[in-house]
Amino acid sequence: MLKYDIVVIGGGPAGLAAAVEAKKNGADNILVIERDRELGGILQQCIHNGFGLHEFKEELTGPEYAERFIDQLKEQGIEYKLDTMVIDISKDKVVSAINTVDGFVNIQARAIILAMGCRERTRGAVNVAGTRPAGVFSAGTAQRFINMEGYMVGKKVVIIGSGDIGLIMARRLTLEGAKVLAVTARSPYAGGLTRNVVQCLEDYNIPLLLSHNIVKIVGKDRVEGVYIAKLDSKKRPIPGTEEFYECDTVLFSIGLIPENELSVKAGIQIDRNTSGPIVNESMETSIDGVFACGNVVHVHDLVDFVTEESRKAGKSAAKYVKNELKKDGPVITNKAGNGISYIVPHKIGVENLEGKIDLLMRVRNVYKDVKMVVKADGVTMKEIKKKHLLPAEMEIIKIDSDLLSGKEITELSVSIEEV
Amino acid sequence: MYDVAIIGAGVSGTLIARELSRYELKTIILEKDNDVSNGTTKANSAIIHSGYDAAFGTNKGKFNALGNPMFDKLCNELDVPFKRIGSLVIAFSDEEMETIKELYDNGQKLGIPNLEVIDGEKVSEMEPNLSEEIVGALYAPTAGIVNPWELAIASAENAMENGVELKINAEVIDISKVEGGYKISTSDGDIEAKYIVNCAGVYADKIHNMVSAPTFKITPRKGQYYLLDKSAGNTVNSVIFQCPTKMGKGVLITPTVHGNLLVGPDSEDIENKEDVETTSDRMSFVRQSAEKSCKKIPYREVITSFAGLRAEPTGGDFIIEESKEAKGFVNVAGIKSPGLSASPAIAEYVVEILKGIAGKLNKKDDFNPIRRKVIRFEELSNEEKAELIKKDPRYGRIICRCENITEGEIVDIIHRKAGATTVDGVKRRTRPGMGRCQGGFCGPRVMEIIARELGIDISEVVKSEKNSKIITGKTKDNSVYNEVNEQVVTVNE
Repeated sequence: MLKYDIVVIGGGPAGLAAAVEAKKNGADNILVIERDRELGGILQQCIHNGFGLHEFKEELTGPEYAERFIDQLKEQGIEYKLDTMVIDISKDKVVSAINTVDGFVNIQARAIILAMGCRERTRGAVNVAGTRPAGVFSAGTAQRFINMEGYMVGKKVVIIGSGDIGLIMARRLTLEGAKVLAVTARSPYAGGLTRNVVQCLEDYNIPLLLSHNIVKIVGKDRVEGVYIAKLDSKKRPIPGTEEFYECDTVLFSIGLIPENELSVKAGIQIDRNTSGPIVNESMETSIDGVFACGNVVHVHDLVDFVTEESRKAGKSAAKYVKNELKKDGPVITNKAGNGISYIVPHKIGVENLEGKIDLLMRVRNVYKDVKMVVKADGVTMKEIKKKHLLPAEMEIIKIDSDLLSGKEITELSVSIEEV
Repeated sequence: MYDVAIIGAGVSGTLIARELSRYELKTIILEKDNDVSNGTTKANSAIIHSGYDAAFGTNKGKFNALGNPMFDKLCNELDVPFKRIGSLVIAFSDEEMETIKELYDNGQKLGIPNLEVIDGEKVSEMEPNLSEEIVGALYAPTAGIVNPWELAIASAENAMENGVELKINAEVIDISKVEGGYKISTSDGDIEAKYIVNCAGVYADKIHNMVSAPTFKITPRKGQYYLLDKSAGNTVNSVIFQCPTKMGKGVLITPTVHGNLLVGPDSEDIENKEDVETTSDRMSFVRQSAEKSCKKIPYREVITSFAGLRAEPTGGDFIIEESKEAKGFVNVAGIKSPGLSASPAIAEYVVEILKGIAGKLNKKDDFNPIRRKVIRFEELSNEEKAELIKKDPRYGRIICRCENITEGEIVDIIHRKAGATTVDGVKRRTRPGMGRCQGGFCGPRVMEIIARELGIDISEVVKSEKNSKIITGKTKDNSVYNEVNEQVVTVNE
């Protein structure tokens, strides 16, 4: 059996940053396993710019951002395997993987970092009525076809859902000569970042239909059109408002789901709200020595945040293999209060804190002129005034370790309150 | 001239073809679509009924009772997954228990083995996720689940291995009488055959009317379904039927043979024989009806929904007989539920009919009932996986990460007889795209493999029918970029 101190599953931005950081923190024997044909994950198909503003203070494309980490990985001599699929993780941290060169391999790891990323929600998951012709794609699949394989997926396109990938693809398809007829959003606001609405739709005069949704797909062999209806305040289609859009292609950009089949198989506890593992301050899951980071834990807006979170996981895994990660100290449970859908991490082992802890969270609705209130066992610890809160934009609250250490706090809650 | 032309490559047509391939006959299957198993066979409840339901004295009752016990051997020979998981017809009132008893009595008459009327307590023991208001049920342990399209595909393959020909994209346009048989004009040329077996599903009336005055009509009866992720597959352990009432048969809940959960169907008579659209009102109806049986169906795990058409004949019973007006023309029509369960028995019976017409059929010495085993990588032990990849490294590359399907498996099913030529064809045979990502990740890779193995350009790869191309062209020509890139590399060196 092969033996490694740390096995990182996934060679996308999360896995790369975690591996590099683990190495920097003294872990030596590290293996990154990637199922695709190249490192970098989904970044490789994100050829638009806008990556790295936080991390590098400059705007990079996805492949450029990935390359910086791939270069570091190679400089540090970290081993990796491409075109290799992990098919099982056991509780005692044996990773089973296959590829065409090594065949079936079992790898004993001392620590594992899960960085499998996420997948797209599909048309099937949202149960759109109509036929099942060619020309229905999830936005990311279309992006791969166009940007990596070099093929166009359609000429007249309607994009359902206004997540960032949908917005980016509206621009991309337009630049490739396709006509994007409309982008829909179920909510009265866009699902993606504001900058993407401006740069990808408004700059190209692509209509954004707020509070609209697809109600039917038409076409036997290839898509011939879609019906789109206006939604009421409960997001139900309003009868009589259906309009037909003649098109040959429909893209669905309706959300991402952390890909945790391996985690579930290994018996790791999953949070129903994030669909990712429950993690602590060190990004450690419910299984000792198994860490997780990036979109496999919860879906991030920016790769920069993925990088930061993954560094934490990498550093913690390095500490773990050096037996420096503390286990038995006091633990604070984080609770998503009014208006908050989740908080990552879910738990804080106070003794492992260094300086500060970032609480990453999403709000449930659009809020204006409110405050986010952090309470320790019901006592207000921190208040942050907010002009605007959007579910599409992740909120980060930084808490100083001094406020938590030695205070015997059991629960930390965040909620939204009127000013 | 062919001895027999079978029209329609659904589960009826392909199983009949396989039965006929036991004899010294020149047989051809004509299929209007781009693949076998593309009509009713690909979208139904996928259940092998135990057989208590259809009335004693009907073809449905007779052939269901005969067909059910044949599945173990058949599926074993054809290497098609089949599980006898049993079924329950659940009752919510004393009145419904009366119906349960009637079904039991009907089953006794038909000789259905091991039927049992059980009480509510036993039901909740067997199926803890079902409604607590259930007062009793009819338990039929011989009911099973199978993948109907896999069965049809496997039968087509085995029939072809034994000499049967298959012509896809050959829609029958006209049939005329010629000396010693019939001339069949198709969208892909004419053929002649002594005998015709009409297995055209919802089009069986149309085909029959080419040789005879109309004697029956087939109405497409649409049913819509939800398919849920494997994580929801153990919501129930057996096939759960609702008690038939004046309001209809109700919807069923069942695990599929691959471990997903299936919920449906509703029932709606329609005009258009191609209409397999799902509709939101009907889908809500299915959901509401299923709620009565089980409140714990996790609809957030739905991975897709679909609709299928049952071939509802006038008279309501299977029509399996030689046409009165057209000698040598055998109808296998109106094969609605329990058609799948009855199909192996129907196939044997059709051979008897043809023996009656032809006088005698000679058995072949070299008929091989065994289909070459399909490698299902996911089901192998670790040692077997290791061994297999050593022999053929293509089994070491996972293409479908939801179902862990390897490149080796996909290549294999492309090169078999009646092999896959389309993305949906690959999906139906070996499941990439069937899982929770619905082909989002593996779609481009599957297309690449199809193109490579069939020696066509990737832009020619279709989803299912001939006009269902997936790619519409190339992005901006990047050949210049490649040249420039090479120059840059050279300069830098």
